[in-house]
Amino acid sequence: MPLWFKGLAPLVLLAVLVTLFLRVGPVGVFRQSFPPVEQLTVERIRLPEHGVMEVRVVNGGPEAVTVAQVMVDDANWVHRVNGSRTLERLERRTITIPYPWVEGEPHTVALVTSTGLTFSGEVPVATLSPAVDARYLTTFALLGVYAGVIPVFIGLLWLPFVRAVSRRWIDFFLSLTMGLLVFLGVDALVEAAETSALVAGAFQGSSLVLLGLLGTPLILAALGHWRGGQRGERTPLQVAALIALGIGLHNLGEGLAIGTSYATGEIALGTFLVIGFLLHNTTEGLGIVTPLADQRPRLRSLILLGALAGVPTVIGAWIGGFTYSPLWTTLFFAIGAGAIATVVYELWRLFARRATGGLTAPLNVAGFIFGMVIMYATGLLVTA
Amino acid sequence: MARKKDEILDRSLTRRDLLRVGALGTVGLAAGGSVLALPGLGQSSAGPAQDHATHHDMMTVGKLAPGSFDPSAFLTHFDTGKVSRLPSGQVLREFELVAEDREIEVAPGVFFPAWTYNGQVPGPTIRCTEGDRLRVRFVNKGSHSHSIHFHGIHPSGMDGAFEPVRRGESFVYEFDAEPFGLHLYHCHTVPIKRHIHKGLYGAFIIDPKQGRPPAREMVMVMNGFDTNLDGENEVYAVNTVAFHYQKYPIRVRQGELVRVYVVNVTEFDLLNSFHIHGNLFRLYRTGTDLTRYEWTDVVAMCQGERAVLEFTYKHPGPFMFHAHQSEFAELGWSGIFLVEAPLV
Repeated sequence: MPLWFKGLAPLVLLAVLVTLFLRVGPVGVFRQSFPPVEQLTVERIRLPEHGVMEVRVVNGGPEAVTVAQVMVDDANWVHRVNGSRTLERLERRTITIPYPWVEGEPHTVALVTSTGLTFSGEVPVATLSPAVDARYLTTFALLGVYAGVIPVFIGLLWLPFVRAVSRRWIDFFLSLTMGLLVFLGVDALVEAAETSALVAGAFQGSSLVLLGLLGTPLILAALGHWRGGQRGERTPLQVAALIALGIGLHNLGEGLAIGTSYATGEIALGTFLVIGFLLHNTTEGLGIVTPLADQRPRLRSLILLGALAGVPTVIGAWIGGFTYSPLWTTLFFAIGAGAIATVVYELWRLFARRATGGLTAPLNVAGFIFGMVIMYATGLLVTA
Repeated sequence: MARKKDEILDRSLTRRDLLRVGALGTVGLAAGGSVLALPGLGQSSAGPAQDHATHHDMMTVGKLAPGSFDPSAFLTHFDTGKVSRLPSGQVLREFELVAEDREIEVAPGVFFPAWTYNGQVPGPTIRCTEGDRLRVRFVNKGSHSHSIHFHGIHPSGMDGAFEPVRRGESFVYEFDAEPFGLHLYHCHTVPIKRHIHKGLYGAFIIDPKQGRPPAREMVMVMNGFDTNLDGENEVYAVNTVAFHYQKYPIRVRQGELVRVYVVNVTEFDLLNSFHIHGNLFRLYRTGTDLTRYEWTDVVAMCQGERAVLEFTYKHPGPFMFHAHQSEFAELGWSGIFLVEAPLV
């Protein structure tokens, strides 16, 4: 028997069985004994203009679902569906409702299916949703620049400092960087887990988290091999680039969150919050330059590193502001967490090669803890 | 379900309906249309951009499936039974009520797995005159035990509370109709809450021997449906279908005496109420007395309470009637009396 046959035979058998099952199998019996399982998820409610709501809904359940009626704040309301009222599995619709929503107040939209089940979505604070125009593109870009780009570049300015300090203190800052990154990684993971709860069932939010969290380090490790490093050893610049990438992915998620909260009116971006982000994210720049303490990187490399870490915030803010999706947000945060895990591992190896006394030397332990404390303390400023 | 028409805003119906009537009668749109000449009404499927919503926006969309229960027909349909006389000379009215499970449409496209009398919710309105002998044959073709509990005066064994009728079995309720008034009947099998909420109820009218003054009569059973089974109603209505009488207004004549038999069977909520616009009604609580109880425009009723309302419209045009619990009104319990000029 040829090898390909041995490999394919089980798959062919599976296909035959599935076909038989669908045609004549006991599906009918199953259908009879269970009520229809309907599952709709309201992904986003936009308020594009006064007196109008736009509800984006996805069918994440196993069966087709028909949206029969719409209620807003416990009142039936006329509406328009962009397509058939019946959503097949994984299909999306946008429902437009001419509802006189009230600025600054919460609203609830409930979709009534043909079987009478209701699926609802919330508008926490009603305010006009941003439209994709020059004004909001600029707004979100600035938001990203303030929260991500500027702080990272300011942080990079610590390079002359870390180069000047003694080896012991460089170790201190390296362990501080690890502390920062562990904090950011856990933060990204928690965000991913939280957002995954909002992902429609069929898209399996928690599996996405796992995919991003484990897949990213594995891919990065494979890439390291492929690039010819013996046993995956990396140069300090490569480590710095990895750190920048990890932070960049984290900042992409952070940008998403900021953009979304701003668009849905959940945060008013006051001076206080912007300052908070500035302080919080500046330390990220320090993290990038510390591995370069005994290097002489070119200015161009530094700018690229800063851009890699900071610019994703702008992109995230755009995506989050205009088309928030729990699915992508979950995936981005999970990838960010995975990337940071890789970075921490790489730093650990770098550390093992060079550090005096290892991570458990009192000064290094202090650095690690101090890194986390800095993130915690500055995080207090940005928890909106 | 690729009915493109239903996917656009469905506001045109009532408007067209009302325009036609306005053009027919001497009502004239200046008077009749003024209430309805609300902004936004004309631009049915056009851009929905507006800050001022109207009563035509707060509405269900679409139509019932063809062949569904028609609340407009139910409104004025009274089942007086098969009439004969007993040897004693007493009038005998025979009815048959069959309990059966049926999926009913409580709002366009929203289906509810109901338990019904004769396949409809509410069950048929039973009407007789005080002193008649009633013989109601009850056949249970449903999936659970059921019964019929009539309000009124009757022997213990005819009460329906202690004699659940198993599925596939039947029972004959026989008693004299007393006292005159507006009563109701419903299933009294436990758990009662579910048996009532699922749809086993109807109006039961016993006319006084001398009758009531001639009037245009209608029955309104205030009910609600907990479609997602969370212990709260998602749909409220009179006679089951949300917003039915707002989409298909009830036509009455200016100066004509209107009599509404209102029964409240709403489950889960402590109270329901009835309110009319542009008018007041004479209230006869339970209809057991021919002197009016009150002259008002709102009556609140507990579950099981009923009232006979009489009124005459002075002015032509559309007038709303609805629960004065705004939430109920917004979830379907509201309608329109379209008062037309009298025939000359």
